[in-house]
Amino acid sequence: MAAETCLEKSFTILGMDFTNAGEVSSKVKKILKEAGVSPKVIRRAIISAYEAEMNVVCYAKRGTLTLSVTPEVLRIKVADEGKGIENIELALREGFSTASDEIREMGFGAGMGLPNIRKNSDEFRISSVAGQGTVLEIAFHRQPGENAGSGGGPPQS
Amino acid sequence: MTLQEVKEILDAQVIIAPQDPNLELKMACGCDLMSDVLAFTKEDSLLLTGLTNLQVVRTAEMANVRALVFVRGKEPDREAIALAMSKNIPVLVTDLPMYEACGRLYQRGLPGCSEVEEGSCAAHGG
Repeated sequence: MAAETCLEKSFTILGMDFTNAGEVSSKVKKILKEAGVSPKVIRRAIISAYEAEMNVVCYAKRGTLTLSVTPEVLRIKVADEGKGIENIELALREGFSTASDEIREMGFGAGMGLPNIRKNSDEFRISSVAGQGTVLEIAFHRQPGENAGSGGGPPQS
Repeated sequence: MTLQEVKEILDAQVIIAPQDPNLELKMACGCDLMSDVLAFTKEDSLLLTGLTNLQVVRTAEMANVRALVFVRGKEPDREAIALAMSKNIPVLVTDLPMYEACGRLYQRGLPGCSEVEEGSCAAHGG
């Protein structure tokens, strides 16, 4: 049986759109704050979301980020259409990168993206078909009682 | 260390002033690789960097970096300033190169990110 979903939202990410890169993660961060997710979980989730978003911007034609939040867990799925990843094992190795100079000039493409996402997430799944695209599914377990116990509680309207 | 002290130590120019004039920084990180910033910085850090593009501000936003210092006298472009302003991220610019800017702050007691435990109050005066 599916767990009760409190919130689900999808966003489109465009490849090579470096001006708006990060905009989706920024929106996700706002949603998570408003949902009362603990700051520690938000930080791990947003660092992962942003790295994933940058991966779509840097390497794919377009992608969709879907966020779903339940009382127990928050899930982020990023599916893209693009060149995909030929060797996932290699892509997960710190320092491995196929980034162009343009990407490196922006401070990315150091081969830390996927390892960083894996490090920050509680569940991590990635699959890819070369020439078609990549699907990344990550989850973050919410801490019990986070609403009451985290740094003075969430902002209330 | 307060941002005001950082400004004085680095002879820096304020591009965006903090909303809180007594803004406290627990630690700092000097880095031009944004993925490394995301991987290794902790919350409430000061980020010193030589990159001045939009992604630096985005990275600061995502990693909860408290304030930005651009080194080597590099002024951020208009878009980056506008974004930092909208996200309430203070911005300073110093003519000092990265090594010297970091060295001065470290010498005056602002620790690096690996030296401070996340959520720790050790760097606060009280």
